[in-house]
Amino acid sequence: MDFIRDIDVVVIGGGVTGTAILRELSKYALKCMLIEKEPDLALGTTKANSAIIHSGFDAPFGTQKALTNVRGNRLYHELQNQLGLDIKWLGSLVVAVNDEEMLTLKDLLVRGIKNGVKNLELLDRAATLAKEPNLKQDIKGSLWAPTAGVCWPFGIALAFARCAVQNGAEVLTNCAAKKILTKDDTIVGVETSLGNIKAKYIINAAGLAADKIAAMAGDTSFTIHPRKGEYILFDKTASPSLVNGIVFPTPTKQSKGILICTTVHGNTFIGPNAHDQEDVEDKSTTSVGMDEIIASSQKLIDKVPLGAAITEFSGLRAVSNTGDFIIREGTVKGLIHAAGIQSPGLSAAPAIAEEVVELIAEFEPEWSLKRNFKAIVTRRKVFSELKIEEQSKLCNENKLYGRIVCRCETVTEGEIVDAIHETCGARTLDGVKRRTRAGMGRCQGGFCGPKVTQILARELNIPLTEVLKEGSASKMFFEKKLPGEDTK
Amino acid sequence: MQELTYDIVIIGGGPAGLSAAYSAYKNGADDILIIERDFELGGILQQCIHNGFGLHHFKEELTGPGYAQRCLELIANKPEITTMVDTMVLDISTEKKVLAVSPKEGLMKITGKTIILTMGCRERTRGAIRIPGERPAGVFTAGAAQRMVNMVGYLPGHKIVILGSGDIGLIMARRMSLEGCQVQAVLEICPFSNGLTRNIVQCLQDYDIPLLLAHTITKIHGKDRVTGITVAKVDAKMQPIAGTEFDIECDTLLLSVGLIPENELSRGLHLEMHPLTNGPIVDQHRTTSMSGVYAAGNVVHVHDLVDFVSEEAEIAGKFAALEVKGKLHNDLRKIKVKTGEGIRTCVPQILDIPPEGEAVKLFMRVGAPERKVKLEILSAGKVIQNKILPVAKPSEMIAVDISAENTKLMGSELIVRLSRGV
Repeated sequence: MDFIRDIDVVVIGGGVTGTAILRELSKYALKCMLIEKEPDLALGTTKANSAIIHSGFDAPFGTQKALTNVRGNRLYHELQNQLGLDIKWLGSLVVAVNDEEMLTLKDLLVRGIKNGVKNLELLDRAATLAKEPNLKQDIKGSLWAPTAGVCWPFGIALAFARCAVQNGAEVLTNCAAKKILTKDDTIVGVETSLGNIKAKYIINAAGLAADKIAAMAGDTSFTIHPRKGEYILFDKTASPSLVNGIVFPTPTKQSKGILICTTVHGNTFIGPNAHDQEDVEDKSTTSVGMDEIIASSQKLIDKVPLGAAITEFSGLRAVSNTGDFIIREGTVKGLIHAAGIQSPGLSAAPAIAEEVVELIAEFEPEWSLKRNFKAIVTRRKVFSELKIEEQSKLCNENKLYGRIVCRCETVTEGEIVDAIHETCGARTLDGVKRRTRAGMGRCQGGFCGPKVTQILARELNIPLTEVLKEGSASKMFFEKKLPGEDTK
Repeated sequence: MQELTYDIVIIGGGPAGLSAAYSAYKNGADDILIIERDFELGGILQQCIHNGFGLHHFKEELTGPGYAQRCLELIANKPEITTMVDTMVLDISTEKKVLAVSPKEGLMKITGKTIILTMGCRERTRGAIRIPGERPAGVFTAGAAQRMVNMVGYLPGHKIVILGSGDIGLIMARRMSLEGCQVQAVLEICPFSNGLTRNIVQCLQDYDIPLLLAHTITKIHGKDRVTGITVAKVDAKMQPIAGTEFDIECDTLLLSVGLIPENELSRGLHLEMHPLTNGPIVDQHRTTSMSGVYAAGNVVHVHDLVDFVSEEAEIAGKFAALEVKGKLHNDLRKIKVKTGEGIRTCVPQILDIPPEGEAVKLFMRVGAPERKVKLEILSAGKVIQNKILPVAKPSEMIAVDISAENTKLMGSELIVRLSRGV
């Protein structure tokens, strides 16, 4: 059998879990890589979620969810500076609107303390309204968790991957696992759409497809089903009429509820609802879902500024049949699962990564940590965040920083070119959008979409008609027919 | 960083900015700067290659680029007027300091004694009207598609559905047909079209393109690229009627669902804004709530004809020039213009009238289509002027001239309203 690579560990899945694991692996003196079936990293559950680093009071005491959430939250405080992550530690409120809900908050407080969450506090009506003056005036009170934060999930996954790559790991996109290769119930590699990869360990961080990956190795010990959550995102101009931080309703047995939440980049969203479905690809939004989240948010806030909505989207949570994260060895030797990572998976990712790698390291006592692990990832320059003097200097160094391509988010051509050429760079219109925010503003790419398409064609040296929005059939523009050609 | 000073700084080099500059020059200003973010002056006109422009303003029928060219010729070779293209304004401070950036000049601080805001408008998007479904490639605003087809030279797709019967949507229906594309339908949620009548005739009827009134999209299909849409009839409240759904196959959806004045800079200046026009509140000189800051064109309210944009911008240019030369009247009486029955918006919202009176022009839009109505202008309880309108449509702006003599009769408030059953 031919192999395109011969390595120690393959991570399957380039979401925040997989990339966090790859980064953790890259601390060791071994050959590791990550394969992702999509054209870019973090296009599954990591792409569309509430983007919250939870404090950790929600999950039941003793569960993997609770343990990794609280630890993950602490780790992000360290990682933020090393990796230049966009995180704002705004704190979260769970708001109660009646006495019964206040009792639930007391339960959450007790659970949170047990889980090891620091500085939780019950607030009365006045203290709650002082933090969030736009909430309905007749709310009862809230649970305040100052350690919660909002973040940029795609940016986190990208930074994890870039850190791993600068420490010798490899990332292959457009690379789908087809078959897990085993011999005598032991992993020997993986057959992919790009060729066979020989490996001693496979880490299954395949999100919504984790049960299918496991089944490829004959491991049917768990199942995953998708649970859709829909969102409405508002223009930044609407933010002052909404919330300053993260606002949950009091949870029910079914769900943490539909929240009203600011994003790390200054927008506000409402959502998500939670509906189980069969299809792992259906990320359509529905009018029923929109109505549901609008109605729910109106329980906490009087005026939802629907005229300022700029986009609606949905994400799929990867829910396991156990209800908890599945972080353990599979039924064949060398297969490790990091599966069923739904909320609070984003918060937990760095802790899940530690746990997975510790699990392997136990089997491989001779593996050693690198001495020269490069923990610092250089953050790409973001023009709109800079002081005027720094902007001016940047424009003088490179004229492309003087051309604003995305007016709504003030993104320069220089940043777009950087995002295409950086490690794990953008290859598609949406890839540029996720990295630079070009097209994320109120005009949703109406002005900059065609321009970014032209820049991608130029920088990737491909015809404009080959530039993709995202998937392989998502062409943006077509050649005009030549004069004289039959048009019917 | 360069620091520059001009008497008049005009933000936006489309028809409004160019007309304002020329008018300011004609009225004696000699230190004028136009800042344009695109690579060339002329604004959206440059992508509007169809005809139908200029009948009022230049007394002849022009294409969009033709109209832009006329405006450009008027300001060409005038040392009094400086232009900067490929230059984006990042911020305007309340001290009228403009922070702008271009690849050529880098970051610049430009102080204007007066500022004229002529940023135009942008298109409403899919997200703003919450069309459900998947999010594939192939959903464009009509203007973005128009730019690609007419200026860059590519097609957005081949089998097209257009949502919204605004003028850009209608123009694009014809444009795509001429390019050999199949335009399946134009859908309109309102029970009436939102475009000019001439465009319905010349762009849809002449090309046998069906216009489905009181219909909307309930789902967009397609994972990577649009494969079709589900359409439903809507009831009087514009809600889809269950059971009326049907699918239309297409690879492209163009949206022409409204325009929004681009007022991020105006908001940064904390100008008083009007909730229905989405533009700054102005007086008849197009002075905003901040002294020395003027606004004109689509940034104030969305126009249906560029000719009126030029007319409005000429007023702003003139009064900015007079202000710079210290010739503004300082004994002005403030009159509030209020909208009554049937009238949705009226610009200007304020009149500043000198003791000798001043001829003014009001631009109004009705809230819904009307037939045989009387437009009444009242002040101090008396109708001071009226006009019979055989038809009035929300898509067509109504302009009314008021004589200087009549403005002297006004009290502190003016009401514009429709009287039905004429």
